Amino acid sequence: MSNNNRVYNVLIVGVGGQGIILASDVLAQAAARNGYDVKKNEIHGMAQRGGSVSSHVRFGKTVSSPIIKMGEADVLLSFEQIETLRYFPFLSTSGKVIVNDVKILPPAVFTGQMDYPAGLLDKIKQKVPDTVVVDADAMAKKMGNPRVVNVIFLGVLSKFLDIPAKTYEEVLKESLKPKLVDINLKAFEEGRSLVAG
Amino acid sequence: MKEIMSGNEAIARGAYEYGVRLASAYPGTPSTEILENIGAKYPEIIAGWAPNEKVALEVAAGACYGGARALAAMKHVGLNVAADPFMTLSYTGINGGLVIVVCDDPEMHSSQNEQDTRNYAKFAKIPCLEPSDSQEAKDLVGEALSISEQFDTPVLLLSSTRISHSMSLVEMGNRTEGTREIGLKKDPVKNVMLPAMARRRHPVVEQRLKDVAAFAETWPYNKIIMGDSSIGIIATGVAFQYAREAMPEASFLKLGMVWPLPEKLIRDFASRVKKLVVIEDLDPFIEEGVRLMGVKVDAGKDITGLCSELSPEKVEIALKGASSAKSIGPIDVELPMRPPNMCPGCPHRATFTALKKNKVYVAGDIGCYTLGALPPLGMLDNCLCMGAGIGIASGLGRALGELAHGKAVAVIGDSTFFHSGMTPLLELAYNGGSTTVVILDNRTTAMTGAQNHPGTGYTLREAPTISVDLVKLGESFGFKRIRKINPYEVAEMEKVIAEELEAKEPSLIIAQAPCALLKGNRILSDKPLIIDQDVCKGCKSCINTGCPALEYVKFTEEERGAGEKRKGYSKINKTLCVGCGVCREVCKFGSIQEAS
Repeated sequence: MSNNNRVYNVLIVGVGGQGIILASDVLAQAAARNGYDVKKNEIHGMAQRGGSVSSHVRFGKTVSSPIIKMGEADVLLSFEQIETLRYFPFLSTSGKVIVNDVKILPPAVFTGQMDYPAGLLDKIKQKVPDTVVVDADAMAKKMGNPRVVNVIFLGVLSKFLDIPAKTYEEVLKESLKPKLVDINLKAFEEGRSLVAG
Repeated sequence: MKEIMSGNEAIARGAYEYGVRLASAYPGTPSTEILENIGAKYPEIIAGWAPNEKVALEVAAGACYGGARALAAMKHVGLNVAADPFMTLSYTGINGGLVIVVCDDPEMHSSQNEQDTRNYAKFAKIPCLEPSDSQEAKDLVGEALSISEQFDTPVLLLSSTRISHSMSLVEMGNRTEGTREIGLKKDPVKNVMLPAMARRRHPVVEQRLKDVAAFAETWPYNKIIMGDSSIGIIATGVAFQYAREAMPEASFLKLGMVWPLPEKLIRDFASRVKKLVVIEDLDPFIEEGVRLMGVKVDAGKDITGLCSELSPEKVEIALKGASSAKSIGPIDVELPMRPPNMCPGCPHRATFTALKKNKVYVAGDIGCYTLGALPPLGMLDNCLCMGAGIGIASGLGRALGELAHGKAVAVIGDSTFFHSGMTPLLELAYNGGSTTVVILDNRTTAMTGAQNHPGTGYTLREAPTISVDLVKLGESFGFKRIRKINPYEVAEMEKVIAEELEAKEPSLIIAQAPCALLKGNRILSDKPLIIDQDVCKGCKSCINTGCPALEYVKFTEEERGAGEKRKGYSKINKTLCVGCGVCREVCKFGSIQEAS
């Protein structure tokens, strides 16, 4: 691990049921195993009922608050377009955005009261030109398991953080059911391969 | 070795390491995972769900009267239910250590109010400890048990959403058993709270509070961290972490015990700093305590506010006037909200759809079915507390007479019914009236993540046990009109509700179908339905059930110009649909079938 006092702030957002908690659990475990102090927080409870979900992961030499301050997130990892905008002010001016090219319709939209806002990805890119857009749902489907979207994302994210890939892989091996390990390791690799370098 | 754990996992670990012999709880966010973890990981601890928090505390009290170390866990409003034993347990004291874990929910992420549990500690004259991370959450279970035994008092361990559901590193230790001798010990003067005995116990309680306050002066979890003396911050819980992050250079008095307060320590700290600030969530509890000592507080709730939870930016702005973070700012687009919703296939949606057809007023309470209040269903008219709906409907029914007859209905989930619905159901049977009660029996405690209860036939650890027969229970209460129905048969359900509304006596409808998320005893086909888009008239009957698997697709101007008379049509998302058939039941045009 690096010796500076910098705290890394990763905000993972999306919709209940997308596997956000597992992704943030693996990240937190990997950071801890890499020698960092780690704190993580998310709101459970109503999360399973299709509501908006956010998970805060913070790691560094010492971490006090378990939640990220508004404007302090280094990475906004978003599993859904609208949710990216909902949590956008958490991102720092030098922050990174990784976004899933997917739209999950909120109740006002699927009941026809409101349209899904148009052109969101362009609006995000206007603010953060190097935004990484991933069609993780399509990739996961192609891999034969739609439930690996979260681990594809973890792979993308891992390219931007100071934790070796093998640490995530160890954690994945230990925390998943044996029959799910291979496909998730593959998903992790696929995610990593999307980012050069 | 260190492990990363949530506050709740750490509390469960603490129960294990510090020799808890029995643990009892009723699920409630954010406290649920404490007993779940004890059940899953620590077979050394005797543990089971109680029907409600009052019973959980009484069960724990029994264990501690017998010399065993015991734990009861609940959410903040659960302590209201357990308040009766809680207040007098202070008088009897304990034998084996007793820790009562209560989890507050500032911001009401999953609750109906944001009451501050510290007031209960003062009210009952019981010590209250508050951790600020998972390590402390574990350690303070041990401290609570030891203080409990040393001073013969129950001890509150106060957590909150941000402590219970935050994860941080925790050092693991081994289990040590409690040291008290276990056995039946008669001590009526201490334990039988007849007036004459209670009068002798009250002075003991008052003295005990003074003794604990003296102990708190040098207790290591109350500590001064001296830094820059121009500002001294008294803080506790997660608010300490926010304040520490905002002003790492400041001086701190970190309180691990929030009741009783260590007066000498506070005076000493106040004398060493130029400006004294109190940073705490919710009520000005510490602030008022410090002011009552005659110590000047320069800032407290005037800078942090009384409502909603604190956050790192709120605390930084309160202390420094502005946040140091450079936010990229919002993107200016009107975003649709994404509130939680009943799942695709939820049996409650079926029941509410049938209730809506009957145009009734619905008294409800707390569970997934509270979401029935949201549009497009909009079919819950009040939600006060666990179990409240039946009593409210009964009161409305009898007070309003004909004005409510045929219109006032109570709905209550099965777990909530066992929690606090049985006594109001008895009231209704006893005093009469014509109210209809619908038990939404989805065979689990769904809202908190599917915990077992006395109706499911299984215990915390999935061992087979009794399963309450709701029909027999209703009969034994004297109900003459009891109907049991599968709510997915919406048309039939609608008819049954209409018949029972018409009746001139109390009636009970048991709408039974397992939660759509349960894997076992599944009655759902899990075969998605499909809408014939040519047959669909775009009337939105199906859409108005609010099912997330349905979508209303609007025709474009071009399509409408080309002779399309409909504004739009409905379609089904086949990856979400579980085939409950509620949309098919409400479709008047027969456009919905099983996909081939």
